[in-house]
Amino acid sequence: MTAWLKVYGPIVVVMALLAMVPLATSANTVLNALVVSLTMALAGQGWNLLGGYAGQISFGHAAFFGAGAYGTAILQARFGWNAYPAFAGAICIGAAFGAVIGYLSFRSGLRGSYFALVTLAFAEVFRILANASDFTGGAAGTLLKLDMRTGNFQFASRATFYLIVLGLVTVVLIATRALERSRFGAYLVAVRENEDAAKALGVDTLQVKLRAITLSAAITAAAGAFYAQYFLFVDSNIAFGTWISIEALLVPIIGGLGTAFGPLIGAIALQGLTEGTKAIAGRIPGADVALYGALLVVAIAFAPRGLQGLAARLRRGLAMGRAS
Amino acid sequence: MFAPQIILAALINGLLTGAVYALVSVALTLVYGVLHIINFAHGAILTAAMFAAFFASQAGIDPLIAVFGLAPLFFALGYVAQRFVIGPASHGSDSNVLLVTLGISILLENAMLAAFGSDTRTIDTPYGFSSLDLGFVYLPLPRVIACGAATLVAVLLWLLLKKTDTGKAIRAVAKERFGAALVGIDVAHIYAVTFGIGAACLAVAACVLLPSYYVQPRAGDAYVLVAFTVVVLGGMGSVPGAVIGGLLIGVVESLSGLYFGESLGQLGIFLIFILVLLLRPTGLFGARA
Repeated sequence: MTAWLKVYGPIVVVMALLAMVPLATSANTVLNALVVSLTMALAGQGWNLLGGYAGQISFGHAAFFGAGAYGTAILQARFGWNAYPAFAGAICIGAAFGAVIGYLSFRSGLRGSYFALVTLAFAEVFRILANASDFTGGAAGTLLKLDMRTGNFQFASRATFYLIVLGLVTVVLIATRALERSRFGAYLVAVRENEDAAKALGVDTLQVKLRAITLSAAITAAAGAFYAQYFLFVDSNIAFGTWISIEALLVPIIGGLGTAFGPLIGAIALQGLTEGTKAIAGRIPGADVALYGALLVVAIAFAPRGLQGLAARLRRGLAMGRAS
Repeated sequence: MFAPQIILAALINGLLTGAVYALVSVALTLVYGVLHIINFAHGAILTAAMFAAFFASQAGIDPLIAVFGLAPLFFALGYVAQRFVIGPASHGSDSNVLLVTLGISILLENAMLAAFGSDTRTIDTPYGFSSLDLGFVYLPLPRVIACGAATLVAVLLWLLLKKTDTGKAIRAVAKERFGAALVGIDVAHIYAVTFGIGAACLAVAACVLLPSYYVQPRAGDAYVLVAFTVVVLGGMGSVPGAVIGGLLIGVVESLSGLYFGESLGQLGIFLIFILVLLLRPTGLFGARA
C-alpha cells in the first residue's frame, strides 16, 4: 500500500488540486487557456511515449492529432455517429495511422534523422490531401453541428470540458507510470539507450517500437479528437499543421523528456509563457511561436532534462549548501 | 498528348528549376555528409537570405550584385551559428542537433513573420520579364541566370573540395572525424566552415531566385522540402547525387505539372520522398549502409 502511494500518490494529489480550479474561478478565458494547454499536454504525452521513452523522435505527430480530429468530425458529420462512439472511433483511427506509419518506417529500418523526416513527410501528405479532398471538406474544413446536449459531448460550461480533458490526462499519467514499472517500459528504454544492444539481448525491437508508436498515436489522436469536439471545427492547417507536431514535442522536452509528469509540466509552463508574452508583446503574429523556437534551443542547451531536471539540480544545490 | 515542342519546353524549364533545386540540395547534403546531421533550419536560412536580398534590392542594389556581399555574410553567420550555438547546445548528440536546428528554424521563421508580416513581396529588375529565344522555345532570363549561377557554384565547390587544403580537411572529417582530429584537423572549425559554406550556397540561391520568385516568411519551405527529397534520392551526403537528383526532381515536377496540374505537383514530391525513404533510404547513389 505504501509503495502504491509512493508511485501513484503524487499523481492523485496534483490532479485533485487541478480538479479544484473550476471552484476557484469560472472565468472563461482562464478555463479556455487551461483546456487548450491540457489538450497539448495530452498530445505531448503521446509524443513522449515514443520520443521520450523509446527515443524515436517524430516530427510529424500532427498526422495522429489530425487523424483523431478529422476522425471524430467525419464520423459525426458524414456518417451520423454519436459523438461518444465517434471519439472512441477516432482514437482507433489514430492508432491505426500510427501502426501503419510505424510498420512502414520501422520495417525499413529508419532511425534518427530519417525517421524524423519520414514522419514529417507523412504529416504533410495528409495535410495536402485533407486540404484538397471533398471527403474532409477541402480547404473549408469540417464543421460539427452545434447541439448542446450532454448526449452529444457538447457542454455549455467550459468547466465540464476542463474536467474531461483533465481526466484523460490523468488516465494517461497513471498508465505511463504503470508502464515505467512494467517489462514493456524497460524494453522501451532499452531501445532508446542502445537499440542494437537491446536486439542482441533478444528484445524484439521492431515489435516494441510498433507497439510504442501505436499507443503514442492513439493518445495524440485522443487529443486531436478532443480538440475537434471542443471547437466543433477542424481544417487541414489546424489538424495536420506543423504547429501541432512542434507543440507535441516541445511540451515534453520543456517539462522533462521521458518522465511521466514532463508533458503536463511543460504544457502548463508553455501556456503561462505564451500568455505572458501576449500580455507584454501584444498580438504580433509569430512572436509567441518564435519564442517557442528560442525556448527549444535554450532547453536543449541548458536543461536537457527539462524543468524537472532543473528543479532537481536546484534541490541538490540547496542540500549541498546546507550540508557544507 | 502534347506537341513535342511543349514537352521539350517543359523539359528544359524543369532542368532550369532543377539547377536551383540542386544548389539548395548541395548545401544540405554537404552539411549532412560532414556533420552527419540534417539541418532543419535550411529553409529558414534560405528565407532569411531572400529577405536580405529583398531589402538590398529595396536599397537599390540588384540581387545579382548583392550576392557578392550576401554570400560572405551568410558564410560568417553560418559559421557562427554552428560554432557557437548548434555545436555547443547539442552536447554531441545527434537527436539534440535535430531539435536545436528545428528550434532555430521555428525562431527564424516566426521572427521574420513578426518583423515583416506574412505579405508576399516581389522585386522589379530590368531583366525580370525578359526571355531568351532559342528558336523553338523561350526561356525566362532570370531562370537562365539562376541555372548559370548554380552551375558556377557547383564547379567552385567541387574545386574547393578537391583542390584546397580546407577541402581536403572537410573530406577527411566527413570520412572519419576521429582520425581527422588525430592528425591535427580542428574538427569544430571544419564543422563550422562546412555549415558556413552551406549557408553561403543558400545566399546565392536566394539572390538568383528572387527576381523570378517572391519572398515571405515561409518562402524557403517549398524549396527545402524538395531539397530533402533530392538529398535522400541522391544519397545522403553525396554531392554528385544531389546535383543529379535536383535536376531529376525539377524535370519530374515540370512534367507532372504539365500532365496532372500544378496543385498535385507537391504531393508527387512528398510521395517520391516517402517511397525513396522506405524502399531505398541510402538513395540512388549512396553506398549501402
